[in-house]
Amino acid sequence: MNPMRMIRIPYEVPVSALIVLTCVMSAPKAAFGQNSAESEPVRFNRDIRPILSDNCFYCHGPDKNHREAELRLDDRQAAIDAKVIAPGAPGESELIARISSADKDEVMPPPHANKKLNESQKALLARWIAEGAPYERHWAYEPPVKPAVPAGVNGIDFLVRKKLESAGLKPSLKADRRTLARRAFFDLIGLPPVPDKLEKFVADPDPKAYERLVDQLLRNAHFGERMAIGWLDAVRFADTIGYHSDNPRNVWPYRDWVIRSFNDNKPFDRFTIEQIAGDLLPEADTETHVGSAFNRLLLTTEEGGAQPMDYRARMLTDRVRAVGNVWLGQTTGCAQCHDHKYDPFTTRDFYRLGAFFADVREADVGRREDGMPVPRPEDESKLADLEHRIREIETRIEPQLNQEQIRWEAEITGSAERLKSLKPDDKATPAAKAEAKVVGEALKKARGDRSAKERETLQAYFRKAEALSHPEDRAELAKLKKERDALTATMPRCLVTTSDTPRVVRVLHRGDWQDETGEVVSAGFPSYLPQPDSNGRVPNRLDLAKWLVSRENPLTARVFVNRLMAQFFGHGISKVTDDLGTQGEPPVNPELLDWLACEFMDSGWDVKHIVRTIVTSETYQQVSTATDELRRIDPDNRLLARQSPLRLDAELVRDNALFVSGLLDMYIGGPSVKPYQPEGYWENLNFPVRSYDTDTGPAQHRRGLYVWWQRSFTHPAMLAFDAPSREECTAQRTRSNLPQQALVLLNDPTFVEASRGLANRILGDLPTASDDERITWAVRQVLQRKPDPDELKTMKSLLDRHRSHYADDTAAANAIAKAGQSPNRDGLAVQDIAVWTHIARVLFNLHETITRP
Amino acid sequence: MNTSKNMDYADRLARQMLRRTFLGKSALGLGAVALAGLHDPRAIGADNSRKGVIDPLPLPRKAKRVIWLTMAGGPSHLETFDPKPALAKMDGQPMPESMTKGQQLAQLQGQALVCLAPQFEFRKFGTSGAEICHLFPNIGSIADDICIVRSMTTDAINHDPAHMFMNTGSQIAGRPSMGAWVTYGLGSESDNLPGFVVMISTGVGRPPQPVAARQWSAGFLPSRFQGVQLRGKGDPVLYLKSPDGVDQDGQSADVTAINALNRMHQKRVDDPEIATRIAQYELAFEMQSSVPGLMDIRDERPDTLEMYGCTPGDGSFASNCLLARRLAQRGVRFIQLYHRDWDHHNGVREGVTQKALETDKACAALVKDLKRLGMLDDTLVVWTGEFGRTPMSQTNKGSAGRDHHNKAFSLWMAGAGVRPGMIYGATDELGYAAVENVTTVHDLHATMLHLLGIDHNAFSYKFQGLDARLSGVEGAKVIKGILG
Repeated sequence: MNPMRMIRIPYEVPVSALIVLTCVMSAPKAAFGQNSAESEPVRFNRDIRPILSDNCFYCHGPDKNHREAELRLDDRQAAIDAKVIAPGAPGESELIARISSADKDEVMPPPHANKKLNESQKALLARWIAEGAPYERHWAYEPPVKPAVPAGVNGIDFLVRKKLESAGLKPSLKADRRTLARRAFFDLIGLPPVPDKLEKFVADPDPKAYERLVDQLLRNAHFGERMAIGWLDAVRFADTIGYHSDNPRNVWPYRDWVIRSFNDNKPFDRFTIEQIAGDLLPEADTETHVGSAFNRLLLTTEEGGAQPMDYRARMLTDRVRAVGNVWLGQTTGCAQCHDHKYDPFTTRDFYRLGAFFADVREADVGRREDGMPVPRPEDESKLADLEHRIREIETRIEPQLNQEQIRWEAEITGSAERLKSLKPDDKATPAAKAEAKVVGEALKKARGDRSAKERETLQAYFRKAEALSHPEDRAELAKLKKERDALTATMPRCLVTTSDTPRVVRVLHRGDWQDETGEVVSAGFPSYLPQPDSNGRVPNRLDLAKWLVSRENPLTARVFVNRLMAQFFGHGISKVTDDLGTQGEPPVNPELLDWLACEFMDSGWDVKHIVRTIVTSETYQQVSTATDELRRIDPDNRLLARQSPLRLDAELVRDNALFVSGLLDMYIGGPSVKPYQPEGYWENLNFPVRSYDTDTGPAQHRRGLYVWWQRSFTHPAMLAFDAPSREECTAQRTRSNLPQQALVLLNDPTFVEASRGLANRILGDLPTASDDERITWAVRQVLQRKPDPDELKTMKSLLDRHRSHYADDTAAANAIAKAGQSPNRDGLAVQDIAVWTHIARVLFNLHETITRP
Repeated sequence: MNTSKNMDYADRLARQMLRRTFLGKSALGLGAVALAGLHDPRAIGADNSRKGVIDPLPLPRKAKRVIWLTMAGGPSHLETFDPKPALAKMDGQPMPESMTKGQQLAQLQGQALVCLAPQFEFRKFGTSGAEICHLFPNIGSIADDICIVRSMTTDAINHDPAHMFMNTGSQIAGRPSMGAWVTYGLGSESDNLPGFVVMISTGVGRPPQPVAARQWSAGFLPSRFQGVQLRGKGDPVLYLKSPDGVDQDGQSADVTAINALNRMHQKRVDDPEIATRIAQYELAFEMQSSVPGLMDIRDERPDTLEMYGCTPGDGSFASNCLLARRLAQRGVRFIQLYHRDWDHHNGVREGVTQKALETDKACAALVKDLKRLGMLDDTLVVWTGEFGRTPMSQTNKGSAGRDHHNKAFSLWMAGAGVRPGMIYGATDELGYAAVENVTTVHDLHATMLHLLGIDHNAFSYKFQGLDARLSGVEGAKVIKGILG
């Protein structure tokens, strides 16, 4: 880019004129935190930084290798020293001259940058300099400060209303109880309310009935399933490795760990620590190890010809991006090759952050190991019993056996002949030969010089083949160990973190893994964020985890509560939920974000407390319909003067239909399942060629979050409703509205079978009812409300149409009455099933059905 | 031009009016019913075009659409489009270490590197006298219509990352494929077909390298721009077929009822998403008949089928080439074909012979057919793999083959203002590295966008705080030398 040469050009636009312009131009945006009135000073973070960051920092920002004209505008003193900014004197500021220039060789940003400032932005910059050009640190790097909220008032309501007032808006009405229940059920457990219970809630005279409902839902075991969806997206949980062959790996116990953690309301700081360093905790156990599977969720490859160092570098960057995205809300990926162009995150920061994970044992290339056995609840007591008995015998006989082994070693090493007798003959198994070799090597060494493997092998060999004392105990021990191993062999496995000798981490110039000239770095925290005291030692993963959830870290709490707000309102307080950096969006209500972040930390990182605070707020309980005025002033509902209707997440679209149809298997946790999937969908997978074995029985009808997550070919019904492939971290899904969604709801066997299931319920539960009664009942099941007369009429005429059709076409009736695996109830006529399957199908396809109101 | 402003506008469109769907269909095609509740007449272009975010185009438009022929697995340039007589003389001799030292190899890493002569004779074709391997006489017959680039390079050396790089300009998953970029930028001209269509064929041979759906993903762009795979077997589009026992009338009755009920709901809550939902149901229903019609090539003339070398329903690359022409005629913006199994670590001689049989005739037929129909002028055809192959031999099993190679490979382009009858760029005398007019994948993307009337530097989308571009951030260059 053109260096910004220091030349004077006439200052053409008077500041006063620009100010007038600003007020006019920015008026419609006044509500959204943009500066509005001349009387209110310009705020750097709110008004100026976004302009400088987007238009100037690319060449005049933190990246020293890409800086033009030695000028940086992200540093006030540097900008003043360079005489580009003269505080208080826009007319003498080169910056203003250049952005106002009509000369294409002088104007900034230069034409080839494809960036252009509008008049309002130029005016703001001029006003800011006129006001002394004060800088602020980027808001997200400053510690959150908790705004005062009157006692007894929900902080969300107080701060949202404060904002609304300044925008001249009023909150909307409270939604009716039916709407509230449907909203809270989908948001908190991901399932619709059952009509009878809903009626009780609607009729409940207790003014606290809603709060009681919320508390019930927070205690419901499906809460964890609902909350897990977003977290699994964030951490890119999937059943397969991702690259090339995209083969399976064992990680589903981690998914259940996430569900359990939300259900048990595990404090978020503990939740974080177990994931990043569950293996390093002094009290590490099965549970914390399973949590540490987080470190294993990255993409790996088995491709022939993949170079280990290449993938070692890819995996380091993958892990840094993940921590950056999930906890810090920082985009870090660009710093793999160069210093961040907008945020103060340097390449060195990037590799130092990566070095925290250098000890995680991970094959560079090739098949993943099976992982750690994870006892199922029913295994736990048996396993504990076996372990106890094994320990008991060992404690009793070990001392004597050790003495005996020492004597035996002395004897045998003293006799060449006896040593020779240890050598296996040619007929021995390869395992026996290998064992003998290690034993031989071990015996050549002094006891203290042997490796761990040699010590273990020698000990096992001695006890198996040479020991004389305690023959009965040893036999019992062998039996118990065999039993334990047999039990362990049946247990599910999970990839977990094992700490190993750390890999050497270098700064890779331009990300090139073949360049070995870069500086070797040790683990370290990003230099621009508060540093913990490590007492002079190199920090490890546990330190990283603790730092992420320390009070001093300004990012983690904000990132998490911002995403919770997005979950419950459709968008975050800062819209860009994966980037709270300078290129993200300044929060539309910074006080609210900070209040929530502080409240979260003050509560001991209590997730349910924050969720409860959100859903019991009056802000959350507003209607989701918008007046024309509201839609005009705040089309995106950023100010929360109402709720927003939200299309259900992919998993919940499925869950809702299966639940209402009576087919849903409500079991929580377990291996991922394979529901119906179009034939041949995996045909382009290879190594090996893959077949899709559709599950039968209850496994066919499980909740969406248990569906097998094949990264390279994610289940197409899930993809159609915007589930991500989970190759990279996803902070927030898009909500699209596509014809594929219609095709899925109309034709996917899952939804056809669900329709048939509901038809069975309609016919079986109401054997003597009229059409009107049956339709009304079905609408109540699906939508938890009564149908309007017009709706009833439409469905009745559809009923008539299908009745006359299937009366003449038994084959067709038979075909649709057999959709899917589940049996029909006894005694129902196929024509009836066929006809009511269509009514159910229409209900499952409605926009209202797949919308949380 | 920065597209963030356009995205604001697009976002507003999405909210207030009918969204352009993945089929790129505008409101006008949907009948008056779907228009109920629309507020802003600007959403409905007076000319019924389905505009993309780039409007007007900053550059003169040469190409209206793209047909991209991906030869998946990495075809050997030395057995296709890059003659190397000097390599023949070196057959069996060690590769000069000065060339290969310190460079990235795949399976040959750390092994003795021995030259393998080109396995086939090359011939001169056309008035341009382009030298092409004799296994490709049909492509030879269009030598005067195509431009061969012999100086391609790429960053990646394993299939999966190399495909990602070729399709998205990045080796990190989650970026939009070029077809998604192009339909996002330009919209679609088809009323009832996706703007970005993908078809995959597998010929004779061992089970080939996998191809992941991420290769046609919309990445961070809105989902409606993702590629839609048309399949030769089963439902051509996933979930296209109505359930057993439901005929077209039955389906129609249900869709009509669904939309009637949705309209009633819309009156109650006035949510603009409902208007979109209604339109999508009409569209989905329409696709259920239009797509099978498109896929049925029995209505083509026998001499056309003969020219491509396909029989209806065979799912071959040749059939897909013919379908590509049909899609192009129906206004589909970006059509990408994959033909698999070009990964000849061994048996390069047998392998390329087989792949030539499967692709040569159909590739040439496609170009000739487009020319005959007057469509070659505004259709860009690109033939390329994800990387090339080593001049060194790989002999770990079976007859000799070649390893993956990213320092050099060949591609060809035709139509839409690409200079015909041209050879561009060159590799060194052994075909190891591109040395003249070295061209990158980002250059290729920039050139494609240029031909489509798009300034690649200005075509960006805000993602994680960055102005992400198909052509990357490192100064890609339009390959001016091949522009007509």
